[in-house]
Amino acid sequence: MSTVFIALQANEETRPIIDAIEIDNPQAIVNRQPAMVKIDAPGRLVVRRETIEEQLGRSYDLQELQINLITLSGNVDEDEDTLTLSWNE
Amino acid sequence: MDMKATKKKLGMKERYRILTRDLGWEPGYQSREAVFPYVRYEGIKVHDWDKWEDPFRLTMDAYWKYQAEKERKFYAIIDAHAQNNGHLNLTDARYLSALKIFLQAISPGEYAAHKGFARIGREFPGVGTQVACQMQAIDEIRHAQTQIHAMSNYNRYYDGFHAFADARDRIWYTSVARSFFDDAMAAGPFEFMIAIGFSFEYVLTNLLFVPFMSGAAYNGDMATVTFGFSAQSDEARHMTLGLECIKFMLEQDPDNLPIVQGWIDKWFWRGFRVLGLVSTMMDYMLPKRVMSWREAWEIYGVENGGALFRDLARYGIRPPKGWDDAEKAIDHMSHQIMLGLYQWSFGTCFHSWIPSDDDMAWLAKKYPDTFDKYYRPRWEHIKKLDAAGTPYKNFGLAKLCQCCQLPAVFTEPDDPTLNCHRETVYKGEKYQFCSDGCKDIFENEPEKYIQAWLPMPALFQELNGDIGAWMDWVGLKDGVDNGDYDGSRDQKHFTEWRGQATSNL
Repeated sequence: MSTVFIALQANEETRPIIDAIEIDNPQAIVNRQPAMVKIDAPGRLVVRRETIEEQLGRSYDLQELQINLITLSGNVDEDEDTLTLSWNE
Repeated sequence: MDMKATKKKLGMKERYRILTRDLGWEPGYQSREAVFPYVRYEGIKVHDWDKWEDPFRLTMDAYWKYQAEKERKFYAIIDAHAQNNGHLNLTDARYLSALKIFLQAISPGEYAAHKGFARIGREFPGVGTQVACQMQAIDEIRHAQTQIHAMSNYNRYYDGFHAFADARDRIWYTSVARSFFDDAMAAGPFEFMIAIGFSFEYVLTNLLFVPFMSGAAYNGDMATVTFGFSAQSDEARHMTLGLECIKFMLEQDPDNLPIVQGWIDKWFWRGFRVLGLVSTMMDYMLPKRVMSWREAWEIYGVENGGALFRDLARYGIRPPKGWDDAEKAIDHMSHQIMLGLYQWSFGTCFHSWIPSDDDMAWLAKKYPDTFDKYYRPRWEHIKKLDAAGTPYKNFGLAKLCQCCQLPAVFTEPDDPTLNCHRETVYKGEKYQFCSDGCKDIFENEPEKYIQAWLPMPALFQELNGDIGAWMDWVGLKDGVDNGDYDGSRDQKHFTEWRGQATSNL
């Protein structure tokens, strides 16, 4: 199965976001590289607003991800509650 | 950032509909054909422009808010870098060669992309596409400006940064990137979208920005990490636009498939050749390396590109024609181009050097099948010549490929001991190529590529072959900006200033 990924800058803002992605995607693998974190997952990866809010302790707009996003891979689908990356095979 | 997320009265999809879709209108006193005259001649058939949608559903109001935040973060770090003598935290000033190539070849490409997206944002009829192209046009000019601004701090202390705009227009290795963007800008709007939005952004920029910027962090260059990641945060949106646009074309009409496939073949190979320069930056110019060019290709080329083309197979798309030749070139290209840059270093506005024993041990480990066998012996020979006081300089001019404009330094895909060279005759004139990929591109559009401005012929046409006059013309100071790093002014200054920064002498 093809891998989808999302890479974020390594900083204070993204720490709880990365935790949230790990909680929602138990199959994901978190690679920590200099100044960045790349999260790989087989076929599909979901980023959920609610989980981020729980980790962050404040309300969160998923579009804030734009600020610390480095790159991603896969077909993107986003609404208020989730951002999903997936490959169609 | 502590940005308060306000309760939205409208959902994201509804907001996108109102703040994007509703910006469009049907022209009243002109036909749609007259308003959008450039969308039919390439042969792409579109039946319903409203089917195109930005999956991020980013509206202009949100765009400004997030971009402003990115700029605030960027300038906070750039200011801190300048105020704290950030340039002395570099692992080694050799690293600056990679930045000089970046400033001379890549940043002007960002500006070219800005012009291209501003143009196609006007030429495409769909409102969703227009708004996304407008955002990307603004992003690209921001990238050019923030990169130039970040690197201007190095220009205060080091050589080779001062004349990047002239270098971009006139020097030989920069014309590789320049011709790529000129080719894209001289194409129709759909081809431009495949060239920049799809091939460059989706398939290739990860290789340029992600491991290299992570490498900048590893080498103590906060300024570059900051502009790199700030730019890359926009790239995620650009990649998504490129991928959506290709799916849109393929879904609109089955007749679009062969046209789109032809552009994927062409622009993959054009982009791959531009990345040849990046391969030397990663394998040779970073004093401390994060991963080799080969390792980056495995992640972002083989794995990610492979996933993408498996996904697009449902539309009948196959991997680009040059894919197999690219794979065969990966273990050779950085060494071949670096040997070229070293031997022609009198004509480069950056320094090169003979890799140290440690560097060669690293290269041998990362390229177990090729480095010791084909490239170490050449470097050892060059090292011997240098020790004997007769450093190897090639004052002959390189034969340039008429398509990618790189010197024809590559070998045959299946024989690394044989130089790869192709030629073709068109209207009685002979043209040279570095590869089958570049020759095929030429033969498909010869009338376009015979007009290419090539730096080596220009040296004779415009300056009668006078190298000194050529150096003045490209903004290169002989003995200062060019040549070997060992013994250079950059090396001397960096050592001196770092000494001053860490002692009281």
